[in-house]
Amino acid sequence: MEFGPHLILASLEGAVIAAVLAMTAMGLSIVFGIMRVVNVAHGEFFMLGAVIAWWVAHLLGGHPAVGFIAALVFAPILVGVIAAVADRLVLQRIDYDPDRTIVGTIGLLYIIQQVTLMTFGPEARPVEAPFNQRLAIPWFEFGENGFEIYWPWGLSITSYKLFIIVAAIAILTALWVLMTKTKIGLIMRATQQDSEMARAFGVPVKRVYAWVFGLGAGLAAMGAVLVVPVQQAHYLMGHDPLLLSFIVVIIGGLGSLPGTVIAAILIGMSDGIISVFFSPTLAKILATLLVAMVLVFRPQGLMGKIRS
Amino acid sequence: MTDKKKGPKLVSRRNTLKGIGAGALLATTGLPKMMGYAQAQSSEPIKIGFQVHRTGIGAAYGRWYDRTTQAAVKRINDMGGINGRPVEIVAEDDGTDPKRGAEVVEKFASQHNCDIAFGTLFSHVVFGSAPRAGELKLPYFVVSEGHHVASGKLNRYTLQPGITDVKSQVQAMAPFVGDNLGKKVTMIYPDFAFGHDHRDFFSEAIERQGGNVVAKIAVPPAETSFTKYFPKIPRDTEVVYHVMVGPAVLTFVKELGEFFGPSRPEIFGFIDSLEAVDINSPGLEFLEGTYFWEGMPRYAQADQTSHDKLYREAVGVDENGASTSDSKDVSTFAHMFGCWETLNIVKAGMESAGYKGPEDRSKLIEAVEAMSDMPMSDDHPQGAKRFNGKTHQTFGSQYISKVTDGKLVVSHTTSIEDTLYEDEVDYTTQPF
Repeated sequence: MEFGPHLILASLEGAVIAAVLAMTAMGLSIVFGIMRVVNVAHGEFFMLGAVIAWWVAHLLGGHPAVGFIAALVFAPILVGVIAAVADRLVLQRIDYDPDRTIVGTIGLLYIIQQVTLMTFGPEARPVEAPFNQRLAIPWFEFGENGFEIYWPWGLSITSYKLFIIVAAIAILTALWVLMTKTKIGLIMRATQQDSEMARAFGVPVKRVYAWVFGLGAGLAAMGAVLVVPVQQAHYLMGHDPLLLSFIVVIIGGLGSLPGTVIAAILIGMSDGIISVFFSPTLAKILATLLVAMVLVFRPQGLMGKIRS
Repeated sequence: MTDKKKGPKLVSRRNTLKGIGAGALLATTGLPKMMGYAQAQSSEPIKIGFQVHRTGIGAAYGRWYDRTTQAAVKRINDMGGINGRPVEIVAEDDGTDPKRGAEVVEKFASQHNCDIAFGTLFSHVVFGSAPRAGELKLPYFVVSEGHHVASGKLNRYTLQPGITDVKSQVQAMAPFVGDNLGKKVTMIYPDFAFGHDHRDFFSEAIERQGGNVVAKIAVPPAETSFTKYFPKIPRDTEVVYHVMVGPAVLTFVKELGEFFGPSRPEIFGFIDSLEAVDINSPGLEFLEGTYFWEGMPRYAQADQTSHDKLYREAVGVDENGASTSDSKDVSTFAHMFGCWETLNIVKAGMESAGYKGPEDRSKLIEAVEAMSDMPMSDDHPQGAKRFNGKTHQTFGSQYISKVTDGKLVVSHTTSIEDTLYEDEVDYTTQPF
C-alpha cells in the first residue's frame, strides 16, 4: 500500500481505538479524581457492558438496530447499578482506604470475571451492528494527466466505525456539560475539591460516591457497547482496556478530564499508526515507555496539577 | 466467649462416641465395596483423563471436543466397553494454558489414577504437557494437528493417531492452491507453534509448485482487531492464505472482507478461521466462491456416507454442522472427529495389548505403534487413515471445499499419498 492511503487507514483505525479508549479511561479518571479510588475492576465493568449488550440484543431479537439501541441504554445503566451496589457493599465498608480499595477492587475483578464465565460461558459472542456499510475512501495523485482522484486498493472504513467516533465525541461532550454546567456536576466537583467541606455544606458525600462509581463503570460499559459489534463479547476482554486506561490516565494526569481525552487520542492514534506501519507489539512497548517517561519527568501527568 | 469454650468440653464424650460410630459405619459399608473390586477387578472402569479446553482461547473447541468424546465413550460402553470393562472419562479444564496443562497431566497420573491422558488440541498446551506425560510414563493421546509429534520433539508416550498434522495438510493443499488459485501467496497466521507450522511447511510446499510466498503476516493469538495488519498484504498478491484461532476469528474474517471490498484476490483459508462460527453470519457474504481446507466436511455432502450419518447423530450435529438442539451453536466439525477416532484407536490398542492396568501402559503404546491402515468405518468416519508407528502420527485424506450458496461444498479430496512425507524421527527406538 502506498504511503498516503496507508497513513489515512492507520489514522482512521487509530481514531476508532482512541474514541473507545477515551470513554473507558474517562470512567477510570472520574472515579479516581473524585473518590481517589484506583479501580482495578474497571476493565471488568467494560466486559460486563459488552456481555449485557449481547444479552439484551439476544433477548430482543428482531432488527439489529432495536437490540443495539436497547443495549446502549440498558447496559450502562445495569453496569452502573452493579458498580454502585459494589461501592455500597465493599468500598464504603473499608472507608475508601487506598491500599484496601486496591485489594477490594481486585477481588471484584475476579468475582465479576468468574461469575460471567459461569453464566455467560467462555465463548465469544457477536452483536450485530445496526448498520455496517463499507465506505471506500478516494485518494489523489499527480500523474501524467495532472491531478487525479482514484480509489486505492483496501482504503476503506465502515459506516459503523465512523459512528463509534461520532458517538464517543457526543457522549464525552454530554459528560463535559454534565460536569461543568449542571448542579450534579457542581456537587461532584465540590466533593472532588474537599469532601469534608462539601459534607459540611450538606452534600451527601456517600451517595455522591456511589453515583460517581456507577457513572465511571457506566462509561466503560458504554464504550464496550459501542465496540462490541466490531469485536465480540468475551469474558476475558477486560484486560486490554484496563491496561490502556491506566496508561492513558497516568499520562493525562490522574483525575484530569481534559488530560484524559488528550492522552487517549495520543495513545489511540499512536497505537493505530505504529501498529499499521510497524507492529502492534512495538505500539504497546512505546506506550509503556511513554508512561515511564511521564512518571520520571512529569509525575503529575500532562494536565495534572501538583498537589501540595 | 467462656461459654463457647466450655461447650465442646461438655459434650466431648458424646462426640467421641459419635465419631466411633461413624467410623464403624464407614468401615462396614466401605469394606465390602473394596472387597467387591478385588473380586471383580475386570469390571473396574478404564479411566481416561480428558484434558479439555473449557476456558481460555480454545473454549469453543473444548465444548465440542467434550460432546464428541462423551458420544464416543457412550458408543464404546454400549458396545460392551474395552475388554469388557466400562470406560470412564475424567475431564479437567486446562484453561488452554501450557502450565496448567502440565498440572492437569500430573493430576491424571497421581490423583485420579487414570490409565491414559487424552484430548489436547492447542499446540502450545501439547508442548507444555507432553514432557510431563513422558516423565510420568503416562500414554498421552493428543488430538492437536500440530507437527510437534511427528517432528520428533516430544517422546515415546505422546501419540497422535486420530488426526492428521499441519505439515501433511498444507503439503496436500499447496498443489491445489498453485494450480487453481495463483502462485503469489500472502499468508496470515497466528503467531505461535501452530501458525509457524503453517508458515514453514506451506512456504516450502508452494515453492515446489513454482509459486512463492510474497508476505508472511503473523498475528498474536489474543488479538481482537485486525484491519491494521491487512495493509501489509502486497498489491500483487494473487491468493490470500489465512488461518486464525481464538475468540476473535469472526472479527478477523469480517475485517478481511471489509478491507478488500469488491476487489478481493483469491482467498484460501483453513476452516480454523471459522470453526464454531456460522458461515452465513452478517459480513461474511464476500466468502462466496472462496475455498477452505476442511478436516471433515462441515455440511453433509450429497454423497454422505453411512458412517458420517451415524457419527453426526451420535454427537448431536445436524446436516449443516450445527447442534441439533440449537442451530446457532455451530460445531468445530473439521477437528472434533479426532476425539472419536482416537478413542476407537485406544479401544483397539487396549484390546490387542490385552490391557489390564497401568502396568500394561507400554504394551498399549507398542500395540498402537503396530497399527497401520485403518479403513473408513463407523470407527473412522472422517475417512481411511494410515498410522505411522515410528513417528506416532496418522495420515489421511483432506478436503477442499468451495463456499457455494452459503454452504461448504467439497470440490477436491486429496489422497493419503498426497499427505505423506519422510519420517523425521523413530520413536520406537526410544526406551520406555
